[in-house]
Amino acid sequence: MTRYTSVTDADRSEMLATIGVSSIEELFADIPAGVRLSRPLSLGQGSSEQEVFEEFRALAARNTSAEDEVSFLGGGMYDHYVPALVDSIILRSEFLTPYTPYQPEISQGGLQAMFEYQTAISELTGLPVSNASVYEGPSAVAAAGYVAKHTNRRKRFVVSRGVHPHARECLRTMAGAWDMEVVEAPLNQGTTELPELTDDVSAVIVQQPNFLGAVEDLETIAKAAHEAGGLAVAACDPLPLALLKTPGESGIDVAVGEGQSLGNRLDFGGPSFGFFAATEALMRRMPGRIAGETKDVDGKRGFVLTLQTREQHIRREKATSNICTAQALNALAGVIYLSWLGRRGVVELVELMLQRTAYARERLTALDGVFGLHDRPVVREFALELDAPVQRVIARCREHGVNPGYPLGRDYPEHENGLLVAITERRTRADIDRLVDALSAAVAAEKPVVGVTR
Amino acid sequence: MIREADDTLTIFERSKPGRRAFSPPELDVPERPLDELLSPELRRAEAPRLPEVSEPEIVRHYNRLSKRNFDLDTGFYPLGSCTMKHNPKLHERIAALPGHARLHPLQDPHQAQGALELMWRLQEALGEIAGLPHVSLQPSAGSQGELAGVLLTRAYQEDRGERRTKVLTPDTAHGTNPATVTMGGYEVVKVRSDTEGNVDLDDLRAKADEDVACLMLTNPSTLGLFETGIEEIERIVHGVGATLYYDGANLNAIMGICRPGDMGFDIVHFNLHKSFTQPHGGGGPGAGPIAVSERIEPYLPRPQVVRREASTNGAEPFYELDHDRPKSIGRLRGFQGNYGVFVRSYAYICSLGAPGLREASETAVLNANYLLARLRREGVMEYVPAAYERLCMHEFVLSGEPMRRELHIKTLDLAKRLLDHGVHPPTVYFPLIVEEALMVEPTETETKETLDRFAEVVAEILKEAREDPEVARHAPYTTPARRLDEAGAARRPIVRQAM
Repeated sequence: MTRYTSVTDADRSEMLATIGVSSIEELFADIPAGVRLSRPLSLGQGSSEQEVFEEFRALAARNTSAEDEVSFLGGGMYDHYVPALVDSIILRSEFLTPYTPYQPEISQGGLQAMFEYQTAISELTGLPVSNASVYEGPSAVAAAGYVAKHTNRRKRFVVSRGVHPHARECLRTMAGAWDMEVVEAPLNQGTTELPELTDDVSAVIVQQPNFLGAVEDLETIAKAAHEAGGLAVAACDPLPLALLKTPGESGIDVAVGEGQSLGNRLDFGGPSFGFFAATEALMRRMPGRIAGETKDVDGKRGFVLTLQTREQHIRREKATSNICTAQALNALAGVIYLSWLGRRGVVELVELMLQRTAYARERLTALDGVFGLHDRPVVREFALELDAPVQRVIARCREHGVNPGYPLGRDYPEHENGLLVAITERRTRADIDRLVDALSAAVAAEKPVVGVTR
Repeated sequence: MIREADDTLTIFERSKPGRRAFSPPELDVPERPLDELLSPELRRAEAPRLPEVSEPEIVRHYNRLSKRNFDLDTGFYPLGSCTMKHNPKLHERIAALPGHARLHPLQDPHQAQGALELMWRLQEALGEIAGLPHVSLQPSAGSQGELAGVLLTRAYQEDRGERRTKVLTPDTAHGTNPATVTMGGYEVVKVRSDTEGNVDLDDLRAKADEDVACLMLTNPSTLGLFETGIEEIERIVHGVGATLYYDGANLNAIMGICRPGDMGFDIVHFNLHKSFTQPHGGGGPGAGPIAVSERIEPYLPRPQVVRREASTNGAEPFYELDHDRPKSIGRLRGFQGNYGVFVRSYAYICSLGAPGLREASETAVLNANYLLARLRREGVMEYVPAAYERLCMHEFVLSGEPMRRELHIKTLDLAKRLLDHGVHPPTVYFPLIVEEALMVEPTETETKETLDRFAEVVAEILKEAREDPEVARHAPYTTPARRLDEAGAARRPIVRQAM
């Protein structure tokens, strides 16, 4: 008997007798002999809890996490501090173990938390309607594309080269199935330069701040998209939105984004959550669950899943999306985190990152052989260009316990020696100074021979 | 007068200017004027109106909310097709180890060998369970796995110069199947079920033509029945050059007993939050890896975790992310998938091993059949008969239609009355082909005593309804909220806190 089952041998005999069969085997009589597996699965014999713990600890020990080095990696996920109360609340069985709240009478806690989450996302984005979460950031961009496709039935997406490379690829994956075209808008001095928009543009999609850290002018982009009759979509980093002009204020129709930086750990890329917010006009085209306020038969306030006629379990092939299970627990961590920061705290946190990022950028770009890739305003991330092979520079920094950032070459071949540096509130001035020293020495050691001009 | 404690106040309504839970780290760099770093025209007009609350208030607020939720750790949760099995506590501990939890997704693979090896080992294990050799862990949930399956089918067929337009789904399919088909750019064609609850083979033959790209099938079906004609289904579908897709929602019935690959399926998705114990989290996170046959492999999503054997003797193999896959359908999401879910699910597979997984499925099927037999013995089948008189697999479907006719309570009323007995109701009104359907999946982790009690509770509710149907019609009475006005909520949607 496994440690997670509770049927004893005596139970089994009694249960089989009640069913009226003589063996477990008989219960599987409907499975044709031709498709039966005639041997045990080749998977080992099982292990004790303690053995499994030790094995997984050993696997964890072979990873270099943000605990083990001074890391400036970003590029869509960030090493922020997650307060203790987030863990303590989301580990409660009442939040951790229920299914989607199909029975609202016994799911008021989860439904109200979704409603609060939607409110917080609506405040951050400045858009009136948020759903209860989607999978994560990059696929949320494709989901926004699906909304645009259904809204105007046009043939083309214009996506900025400043949008996360994974998000652009997700959009391309889906656009193929929809017989739609994806056109990339180039970056000029770090920000998006829109091409002439024609009347077949379904949506213009940008990122705020973009992948290279630069703050985009959403207002101009939204205006251009609307003039062409398309939707304006912004993939946003949620924390900088505490300071930046909101998508709502800028005329954006759909704001999506990666929610990891809101109280979720890195987890090697997931699970986190994606957010999806939009204008009132698009509410009934949105994907996923939406919690709404209502009353029970006693007239008491309560919460339910609402506008379900958009969804797959009701509308089937006519649904606005196929999404079912999303990221409720991660979104809960998000709203707890935002409540912890609070109205003033969220601004203080982002201003702190803004100051430290400015300090890091100034010191690093002052180094010999290190240049800013652009000089646009940034919040907690910026891009550098090195006058030395970036992979070798990273390897040298690593010898000093510093991971200087993400090399841009794979995603941006035009910036072969580009380096993306993220400064969260966990990186102190001392950490930044250590990065400056490590990078300075590494670039000096790896720079082309003196006398060769750049 | 004493003021009433209101459990429905939101965190925003508990806000008071001046309260705070966060104290920022010290500003340890020279401060520059804000306008210099971010000019006013780039900034928002006012700060987001997040709540102003202290730590004790946040903790009390969410603890109070948690008590207004029913959960699997508290009681029986026989929600059909959702596989609400126990979520081992060990998994939260190991997933939280910093080497997993604080590992950055863009870390250089050399510094993430433990994570990549874990993913590779999970791929191998899932491939063995499915009987298909190649696995991508990338999809975020079952529905994204389905989408991957449809896109893989399209890529495979287009590569062979075929452009097909239709995808077949049985009338018992989960809603995600037809929704996915549309999203993947195909037309849905529904296939009927026969009187035994199997796919109607004549209807399938009539609809399977050269325009059909794929058949999406759940086996056992959402009726909890194994498709006895699976071998013929395979011949029909492959006979017209279509692919056969396995929706893994019900995999919990067959682990170690039979394998989708051996039934001829080309593509399979797993719900790691169902058969493999990832906690459901009140609606996610989950993960929906896919396993595929050799001919579909070139099209798998990018990147793929691969193992490179060391060139020198005695050296460790190296695990890396292979981006160089020219025929790939591309990415479905960012980074490498829901790694935290992989940790938990692989721990489950390690804990149980081959004998344990088989025992889990056997016990799941035993529990379901026992509960069905116990309901019979309670004499309730007159009112809620099994939709099909067969042995079931890990779940079964009842029809509440006679109950509605004779006792004047609907399936919905029975479900709501169950809440008063501390039991989560089965899935209701699904599958659509059964009138007043109740879909019951007890899972292997429940005791015989729990199943006995459920049968007794159902009998008690029906007895009560014979005496006075009004009781069930107005249930529940003891829950944090009573029946809620869902129609009103949809008519005038309030989807955020007004301020």
